[in-house]
Amino acid sequence: MKVIAAMSGGVDSAVAAARAVEAGHEVIGVHLALSANPQKYRSGARGCCTVEDSHDARRVADIIGIPFYIWDMASEFHEAVVDNFISEYSIGRTPNPCLRCNEKIKFAAVLNRARAMGYEKVVTGHYAKVVDSPTGPMLNRANDPEKDQSYVLAVLTQDQIAGAMFPLGDTHKVDVRAEAQARGFALAQKPDSHDICFVPSGDNAGWLRERLGSESGSILDEHGKKLGSHKGAYTYTIGQRKGLNLTVPANDGSPRYVLKIEPLSNTVVVGSHEKLAVSKISGSEIKWCGPVPGNEALRGFAQVRAHGQALPCSYKFDGVNLTAILDEPLYGLAAGQALVIYDGDRVVGSATIDHTDQAIGSSNGS
Amino acid sequence: MAINSATAYLDNAATTAMVPEAVLAMSQQLSKVGNASSLHAAGRSARKVVEESREAIADAVGASPSEVIFTASGTEANNLALKGFYWHRLAEGRNVIATSPIEHHAILDPLEWLVDHENAKWLELDVDQNGQVLIEGAEKKIKEVANSISLISIMHSNNEVGSVQHVGEIAAIAGELDLPIHTDAVQSFGKIPLSFRELNVTAMSLSAHKIGGPLGIGALVLKKGLDLTPVLHGGGQERDLRSGTLDTPAIAGFAAAATIAIAELNSRAARVRKLRERLISGVLAKVENTSVNSAKDHLPGIAHFTFEGAEGDALLLLLDAQGVQCSTGSACSAGVPRPSHVLLAMGMNDKRAKSSLRFSIGPSTTEADIDLVISVIAPVVERARAAGLV
Ligand SMILES: Cc1ncc(COP(=O)(O)O)c(C=O)c1O
Repeated sequence: MKVIAAMSGGVDSAVAAARAVEAGHEVIGVHLALSANPQKYRSGARGCCTVEDSHDARRVADIIGIPFYIWDMASEFHEAVVDNFISEYSIGRTPNPCLRCNEKIKFAAVLNRARAMGYEKVVTGHYAKVVDSPTGPMLNRANDPEKDQSYVLAVLTQDQIAGAMFPLGDTHKVDVRAEAQARGFALAQKPDSHDICFVPSGDNAGWLRERLGSESGSILDEHGKKLGSHKGAYTYTIGQRKGLNLTVPANDGSPRYVLKIEPLSNTVVVGSHEKLAVSKISGSEIKWCGPVPGNEALRGFAQVRAHGQALPCSYKFDGVNLTAILDEPLYGLAAGQALVIYDGDRVVGSATIDHTDQAIGSSNGS
Repeated sequence: MAINSATAYLDNAATTAMVPEAVLAMSQQLSKVGNASSLHAAGRSARKVVEESREAIADAVGASPSEVIFTASGTEANNLALKGFYWHRLAEGRNVIATSPIEHHAILDPLEWLVDHENAKWLELDVDQNGQVLIEGAEKKIKEVANSISLISIMHSNNEVGSVQHVGEIAAIAGELDLPIHTDAVQSFGKIPLSFRELNVTAMSLSAHKIGGPLGIGALVLKKGLDLTPVLHGGGQERDLRSGTLDTPAIAGFAAAATIAIAELNSRAARVRKLRERLISGVLAKVENTSVNSAKDHLPGIAHFTFEGAEGDALLLLLDAQGVQCSTGSACSAGVPRPSHVLLAMGMNDKRAKSSLRFSIGPSTTEADIDLVISVIAPVVERARAAGLV
């Protein structure tokens, strides 16, 4: 099969590409240039897509003997991922840019381009599995529970999943590193990238302040009493505890958490932990990774963070919105994150969270 | 598309195969010891090779041997010309460098560096849509600030679209105003008639690997008696303007390649020109909405196309898979493909500029190479156009 291997310059995509070659596919390596002004070097585990990363990817392509090209996806990435990130924060939501990148760039812009050029699939180093079934390919969790990335892929449609190849789904990360070493890849010990690739400093709040301004606003308690001030409501996230710098202690001395973000009035509301409890979650922009369920309530598991727990729930799709009712409440959930429904290890689908039943601030943040 | 095992190397403007004579001349020297600056027998024998080579190259380019300064590349020759003239003439209060916007990066980047770090000013001489400097406009602009001009630098021919510049006319203007003029002749040397003396320029850059010589050797031809500020300081081997132990084997290879290139210039050019015509008519017959970017005066071996609606990067990948090796001609700044500054300066929009591809034909190109391109081009462009729509 003719496939395009997306090679970031990291260890996972390198081993994935090598495995695709060994499986007998005709592979072409492509490095996505996602920034028009890439940094020259990585600093530790921060950032990606530097010139050094593209060089590392090229060296791997040489070793495994495949052609290698750089595709300029900077403007697509900026529009679909970076602008979306900023606008979501500006309305008090907490977006997940990795998920957006998979949905709009890797398995849309890149996959479509690959298909038009006669290549059937895009190979990536994601930890997830594509499993064939009578109703078409299904997306499943990876074998390595620590690394499982099915959550950030749950925005893919079945057609996109059909165009995805994840050669690392059955392997643990330690073994991938060992394999990279054995294959003689110099990047075998390169640290995993964390954080958000387009915020190389790792300082999200500072990065957002540069783009959305840093007008100060009030931090209020649940009753509207002013407890302190902040420099931009959008730099907070529901459930956040650190960085509030409150001088007035709570009556009972218990820690306070961000309950609500109001971008219009630039206010942050804080309160006690139990006020963060959420049992009912609903979202829109539904993506089904497999067959579309009927409109009866079904049992499954809900996951709301990339490395969060899968929480037992019942869920229901009314044709527009997806709603999950958790058996046990969870604490601290921001709108804009993805609600991903699992059936065992299988990803059923996802929604972008709009509403929760949190006592205060159960809104889309506006 | 069938998988072809045949390949066609059509990127000779990037670099071209060494001619056997150059390989021989170079390998004979590689097995010998001797620093051309040493006074003993081994040194003298290396020096003899260097000076014979210098004479051969001077002969090939219509200069005197003492005017040839060896450098480690065309890039270095360009840097020496730009920075050397700039620093040398700065004391006279001259800080303007006049160039076209379609110069090679080996001119534009040192220029940008001088602007950013050394207070230089860029006088941009406009080009027309065929990639040729507009002489009247250039004359007017130059005359307006003649007293501040440090150097004029205009490439002899462009490496992307192959347009040949009217360097002689600009040199005449420079001569009238007593201004130094440099020309980057890296692409012209050995391909079209070129004489340092007849052009009457002050300095000229050459590079061996574009004419069948080795990589990593070039020359700045500089009029006698002129001084520049060196870029590399050291032993002062080359007229005290350039330091570094002379690379005798590379210099010998350069001279061998230059000698053959000049001896065979007309026959090579005629062959290459015919192959270019075959390629252009073949491609245009197979693919619609395609244009050729070319000036009336152009290099014999460069065929530059715009395939509307297809991205150059996609075309390159698909052609590579079919064994056809060519170039988007665009500079890969920081690893990210950008639309070519040359095409943008010629007035093309970003989209068209990104839809362009350069095939460059060399002396070793065959009809079979051209026919391979013609046989695969239609489905390749079709696919790239489909990919351009998604
Ligand atoms: C017009 C032009 N000038 C300068 C150079 C640089 O020469 P070199 O590769 O010897 O550094 C090149 C080739 O890349 C060229 O085409």
